[in-house]
Amino acid sequence: MRLEFAPRARLSGRADAAVTAAGAAAGLVAAGVVMAAAGLPPIEAFRAVFRAGFFGGAFALSDTAVKAIPLILCGVGCAAAFRANLWNVGAEGQLLLGAWAATGVASFWTPAALSAWVKLPLMMLAGGVAGALWALIPAYLKARFRVSEILCSLMLVYVAAQWNTYWIYSPWSDRGFQLTPLFPDSACLPRLADYAERFPSLAGLTVHAGLAIALALAAVYAVLMLRSRWGLAWSAIGDNPRAAAAAGLSVMRHTLLVMALSGVAAGLAGAIEVAGVAHRLQERFSPGFGFTAIAVAWLARLNPWATVVVAFLFGGILVGSKAIGSQGVSNLLQGALLLTVIAFEIFRRWRVRVVRSRKDAS
Amino acid sequence: MSGHDALGVLLAAGLLSGAPMLLAALGEIFSERAGVLNLGIEGMMLASAMSGFAAASATGSAWIGLLAGIATGAALAAIHAFDVVICGGDQVVSGLALGFFATGVSSVLGGGLVGKAGPTLPEFASPALAQIAVIGRPLFQWNVVVPLSALLAVTAWALLERTRFGLLAKAAGEAPVAARSLGVSVPAQRIAGALIGGAMAGLAGASLSLGVTPGWVDNMTAGQGWIAIGLVVFSRGKPWRAALGAFLFGFLRRALLDLQGVEWLPLFKNPNLGYFLAMIPYLATILVLAAEGAARSRHTAEDR
Repeated sequence: MRLEFAPRARLSGRADAAVTAAGAAAGLVAAGVVMAAAGLPPIEAFRAVFRAGFFGGAFALSDTAVKAIPLILCGVGCAAAFRANLWNVGAEGQLLLGAWAATGVASFWTPAALSAWVKLPLMMLAGGVAGALWALIPAYLKARFRVSEILCSLMLVYVAAQWNTYWIYSPWSDRGFQLTPLFPDSACLPRLADYAERFPSLAGLTVHAGLAIALALAAVYAVLMLRSRWGLAWSAIGDNPRAAAAAGLSVMRHTLLVMALSGVAAGLAGAIEVAGVAHRLQERFSPGFGFTAIAVAWLARLNPWATVVVAFLFGGILVGSKAIGSQGVSNLLQGALLLTVIAFEIFRRWRVRVVRSRKDAS
Repeated sequence: MSGHDALGVLLAAGLLSGAPMLLAALGEIFSERAGVLNLGIEGMMLASAMSGFAAASATGSAWIGLLAGIATGAALAAIHAFDVVICGGDQVVSGLALGFFATGVSSVLGGGLVGKAGPTLPEFASPALAQIAVIGRPLFQWNVVVPLSALLAVTAWALLERTRFGLLAKAAGEAPVAARSLGVSVPAQRIAGALIGGAMAGLAGASLSLGVTPGWVDNMTAGQGWIAIGLVVFSRGKPWRAALGAFLFGFLRRALLDLQGVEWLPLFKNPNLGYFLAMIPYLATILVLAAEGAARSRHTAEDR
């Protein structure tokens, strides 16, 4: 018996999704093996993850949606940049700075009495701008000096984390604790649970208005990427920057543009996270949303709509991993899923068949 | 401690702190020259630091720990090589995914080891010669990791520039079509390069948890794996440049730590300075990459 490989043309969309799903299933098995080796019973752990993340009724879905919000935002931002073959792997840093800027607007740079109708939009604006500026550094260095945007955006994650740590520990510290004071009410995004007095069934549901913002932004990015001249330019640059330049596209301008938009999405994610969930800036408020978003965008094959779906799945994994008390499990699962889906690329390129052969067959 | 030899102490500590970055960078040079970019170094170093420390604690031998770290790194690189070379997957995503996976493995399997003490790699010293001011300590008193990394830098150079294996590896990386037409197995050369890279990243990780900063804590590499990839850019594929870069970064890291305690520097009394000093290695990496990019673009401009 031997394996026969025959090259194959492009897969249909449905077959492509099936190969991805099969790869993901294989990834779950692989992750289960590693978890078993670590003494975590994998079946029970997976069951706990799925119960806490997806099948635990309204609460589970609400929690999952809360985690999906930053993943949608960072995910569509990553997808846009990746489409132009710009690996913005530093969305986490842009998210951190977005959260920092939004916190400044919420508690320190605007009067406490400012109306929520002014304050919240200002926070979102500040978060988006901060994220964009942080993403423009690797974008400019890439476009001007061909510096690896991967390394540069990643280094800036560490810098952003130190920057936030400084503000949390020192100028903005709440009575010496390593967090800022709680935001005034006018700086908090409304949650379903806030309406529990009128609708008792909403009690305990923490999903917040950020979900609407995230879905709206995903729609905007979908139109930009799939239906606009810009999207076409990004794909052209992603496929072949020289040909794109020869065709008259400004690679510099589009590099800056798409990276800035990628940063806006991640910065907004940070602003929304502090305004909707923590209501203050603190250490480790993000369990690596910006990094998980890389996996989300890629598994969604850089399609913004699919990114929303995958973001919900990964939101569930984050909730579930938290429920079984291990941040490591979610990293492990994400990595294993991606690695097997990538390995299944072989089925995308080749038609693989098992061929029985006689010994004397040449 | 003799106060007048602060420079000697700093130089020696800088050599030690640069050694893991050098080891990882040397491995990545092999991998990249054979045509396999591996962005999972940071996670691989973490997993190897954990497994090396676990194996050393279980057996009581730091050397066995070092071997376990090497094996872990090579095994993880094998996953990447399989994905990229055999299945034709995307190098960037596969490397990042490997990083996530290895980081997750290190934190799940290493949960019980955090903060424990274990065996450490031996330190060699020639007490008399180490007394010589400034150069005594860096030259005659070191953890075994330091001479090991220097030795491997020379070995890497010899292997790449003076052997048939190195030539074939570079051919597979730079001109795969031509290499194949000469009968070289490009996939085999690439897999070999990736595995050497993994083994070296593993050695780097284990040397951290067993020698440089003994013990295991989650995320103890703090970006050193990424800085190592930056060093590969700086090295232009040459081991001696990687060594220079790694030891400069090692000195920088140590000097920044030491500066925070200096009383007579006016600015340095501010306790908040630490947060900003801690940003410097990452900013310095970006600066080095930008300078390297600027030099490269000037070069290509002259060619035209």
